[in-house]
Amino acid sequence: MYEFEFETPATVAEAVAALAEEEAQALGGGQTLIPTLKQRLAMPSKLVSLAGIAEMKGVSIADGVLTIGGGATHADVAAEACPPLAALAAGIGDPAVRNRGTIGGSLANNDPAADYPAAMLALKSTIVTDRREIAGDDFFQGLFETALDEGEIITGVRCDIPEAAHYQKFDQPASRFALVGVFVAKYADGVRVGVTGASEEGAFRWREAEAALSASFAPDALEGLSLDAGSMMGDLHGSKDYRAHLVAVMTKRAVAAIS
Amino acid sequence: MPKDNPNSGGIGASPKRREDVRFLTGAGNYTDDINVHGQAHVHFLRADVAHATINSIDTSAAEAMPGVVKIFTGADFAEVGGIPCGWGVTDRHGDPQQEPRHPIIADGTIRHVGEIVAAVVANTLEQARDAAEAIDLDLGDKPAVVDMAAALAEGSTKVHEDLTSNLCYDWVFGNDDDTAVQAAFDSAAHVTTLELVNNRLVANPMEPRVAIGEYSRGTDEYTLHTTSQNPHVIRLLMCAFVLGLPEHKVRVVAPDVGGGFGSKIFHYAEEAFCTHAAKACGRAVKWTSTRSEAFISDAHGRDHVSKIELALDADNNFTALRTNTMANMGAYLSTFSTSVPSYLHGTLMAGNYKTPIVQVNVKTVFTNTVPVDAYRGAGRPEATYQLERVIDKAARELGADPIALRRQNFITQFPYETPVALTYDTGDYVATMDKLEQVADVAGFAARRAASEAKGKLRGFGVNCYIEACGIAPSNIVGMLGARAGLYDAATVRVNATGSISVFVGAHSHGQGHETSFPQVVAEMIGIDESMVDIVHGDTGRVPFGMGTYGSRSIAVCGSAMVRATEKIIAKAKKIAAHLMEASDADIELKDGQFTVAGTDKSVAWGDVTLTAYVPHNYPLEELEPGLEETAFYDPANFTYPAGAYACEVEVDPDTGKVSIERFSAADDFGNIINPMIVDGQVHGGLGQGIGQALLENAAYDADGQLLSASFMDYAMPRADDVPFYQVDHSCQTPCTHNPLGVKGCGEAGAIGSPPAVVNAVVDALQSAGQDVTHIDMPLSPARVWAAMNG
Repeated sequence: MYEFEFETPATVAEAVAALAEEEAQALGGGQTLIPTLKQRLAMPSKLVSLAGIAEMKGVSIADGVLTIGGGATHADVAAEACPPLAALAAGIGDPAVRNRGTIGGSLANNDPAADYPAAMLALKSTIVTDRREIAGDDFFQGLFETALDEGEIITGVRCDIPEAAHYQKFDQPASRFALVGVFVAKYADGVRVGVTGASEEGAFRWREAEAALSASFAPDALEGLSLDAGSMMGDLHGSKDYRAHLVAVMTKRAVAAIS
Repeated sequence: MPKDNPNSGGIGASPKRREDVRFLTGAGNYTDDINVHGQAHVHFLRADVAHATINSIDTSAAEAMPGVVKIFTGADFAEVGGIPCGWGVTDRHGDPQQEPRHPIIADGTIRHVGEIVAAVVANTLEQARDAAEAIDLDLGDKPAVVDMAAALAEGSTKVHEDLTSNLCYDWVFGNDDDTAVQAAFDSAAHVTTLELVNNRLVANPMEPRVAIGEYSRGTDEYTLHTTSQNPHVIRLLMCAFVLGLPEHKVRVVAPDVGGGFGSKIFHYAEEAFCTHAAKACGRAVKWTSTRSEAFISDAHGRDHVSKIELALDADNNFTALRTNTMANMGAYLSTFSTSVPSYLHGTLMAGNYKTPIVQVNVKTVFTNTVPVDAYRGAGRPEATYQLERVIDKAARELGADPIALRRQNFITQFPYETPVALTYDTGDYVATMDKLEQVADVAGFAARRAASEAKGKLRGFGVNCYIEACGIAPSNIVGMLGARAGLYDAATVRVNATGSISVFVGAHSHGQGHETSFPQVVAEMIGIDESMVDIVHGDTGRVPFGMGTYGSRSIAVCGSAMVRATEKIIAKAKKIAAHLMEASDADIELKDGQFTVAGTDKSVAWGDVTLTAYVPHNYPLEELEPGLEETAFYDPANFTYPAGAYACEVEVDPDTGKVSIERFSAADDFGNIINPMIVDGQVHGGLGQGIGQALLENAAYDADGQLLSASFMDYAMPRADDVPFYQVDHSCQTPCTHNPLGVKGCGEAGAIGSPPAVVNAVVDALQSAGQDVTHIDMPLSPARVWAAMNG
């Protein structure tokens, strides 16, 4: 890696100030950024570690709302979040990754094969930053693109706890990221379906499936529904057609796991 | 024979691997653990395009960077030799293989992504990397040659302008009378044809390669520390063919090596570079490969495209076999590259079967990809895969039971001379198949299939046999076939005054457990505790000579040398004992570490004799030299022929195409076995790699010659949960007839014998659901299986 300055702010305000410098970059758990630096694919002038900011830690549940600090690790989420999201977090990487990687870092990176985006779309989430709140539906804007401004820090997320939910992931055989991941959440006012890994445009909500499941929450309700394979990703691990097919299979399985 | 008490010691016991204590507690000494005072670090600037002309390379800015010691380009190595190929294959017309120069650093042309373009030596690795980024490279792009068929087509871009084409050789083996072979097919009652790909693999040993070169101005001596399976071979190749150094001035040390799987057999440019640069820089020079570098600079494995045809008569007897293969050499010829698709592949094409006519044609092809060479099994997995897949397909087409069809065609009389030049000395394929049917519980499969189907899964059963030629040798035969080295091995047994023993062995241990199993043999022969015996390996400065470890040859060849040297030790020790007991040495018996005079109660202990050898106060000095140290070189009379039968049971998820291996059973005949636990481990490891090839691993290139699966994000290595608990049995033992231990070798069997069983099982599963799928190319990823099911 190239040389860089390193700062360890204790508060969000200090972190924001440190990030004002051009070419400064926030460091969450470093599970993507550190390998990128080691390959010399990024050259920040300064890394601002968010690991020591107490106000960004913690997972809590109150009044039907799940609140997770942006600095909570996947292991924290796996241990303390509501069961469907905890199970998702427990399936990320390996123990070393889960003990370092953070939900805020993952969301800010918006890897198209990451697990959290599917859940955030399904769980009526709000992404909380140092300066505003962003609806989950508005946050994800394509591959590795988000609504975040330069230097903006995810300090936490809030989710409405559903009546029931399930995340069904199909592993990419090498990386074990999601080749396709589908998060189905059932609320009193309807069903939401978040999909990751599949689309060329990043995580998305499968609206047709949501409508069908809101009308009848059963795997059979999805019969005949299919996605346009043209907008899916295709690569070494799966064609566009295969991904489109897998989204339907994983959605059915998630629904079956709930019902 | 296995011993009742696994801790009893000696041959057949299963003492725990003594080397694991240091490996598992962080006390190993791997090459990267070695740091030499004053060492500099080298960073290799590697090509990021597959094919280009180097118009110019300007290192002036880089040379001015902080910490830079020296920068080397291809011009600096124009005067030294290229990396040699260790095997010359003669093609079907009697011509030698086309053999391009393989430079240490690209000279004028880049021929694969990952090729070294420049080397920056600096005080620190970071400084070397910084300077490498300042090298100004002007390249002229050339079209990349990636696909083998396209490479052989008329008018293709040539990987090497100075060669006549991209064909390395066109080789025919076995029955070379095309008319007679065709006649056999024309008169067949049934012909089964199959086209298949043996997927390209990256070895990925846990430890990446490392090289540290040292030079002493005072003595004019070099030391190379390197991650090698055969340090003496590296010394010979590097000294004689590349750098032109006298061997006695060069020491090559390969300490603990973290796995090789073949990829650390070969002499690599980085080894010669660090040795050369140490003198040129006046500093030790160290290189440690990153994992990313390993993907594009370690030799790859496999990469064959084949068409195989099997002819059968009306009674389902195999009457003829014909295969045509294109084998990828990559951009240059790596050390054993040309032998793998020819003599290590064609000679195994008869398999376990008495097919009277076998014809093998192999075309080896240059492409703009990383060089391809031996990988665990080396040619034999490719042969086994073709043969056992086409037999399975034939059984389906004929409605025959795949096990019965194999049994019917087994070779049952030994020795057996195959149509492809080998003489199998011994074996019992019926016995291993009998054992397999029992271990795999073939009878219970129907119930297991019903249970899988009840939960919506397809279940398939696949079987295959394998035979391999191990203990690669004898030298006079391989020499006739084009090997440019002898394939004997050597051992020196040094008995110390107090009776402890160091055995200096030419074989190298990098995961095989030699440090445990080799002493078991010597301890058994003398009747002492094996804790009194250590082996020394991996250092040309300590071990007299050796050809190293590959081809499952260590115990069969080097172990035999060790037995011969120990026999010499015992013969001499008996003379000393006879002198001490005033008896004739013909009357001396050695048992449990005691020398006795037959028919008397006289005895002296092993330690008394060894002490006498070194404190020869009462000693027949006029007849016998003092000391107790003997060396033996052993060149075997034949290959050894491990063989067996494997069975795989899979479940396939019809909705996703995902395959899970539910059972895997192996019945192997390895001849006599020294340490059954270590043999189990070798089979387990081989099965893991074979299953990895069958289901997961794939080194895929795009049309521009970029490796798409160039990291573990895209190259799928098998993990623990990808493989089942294995049923492994090696109780069928037909001892090798021509080596003193009756051993055959076990290191590669698992990797050779498992891929066809997996694919056969998946095809069986799909056919059970009425799917008309007769073949899927490896790896059988979920996407590929689903695509096959959904046409």
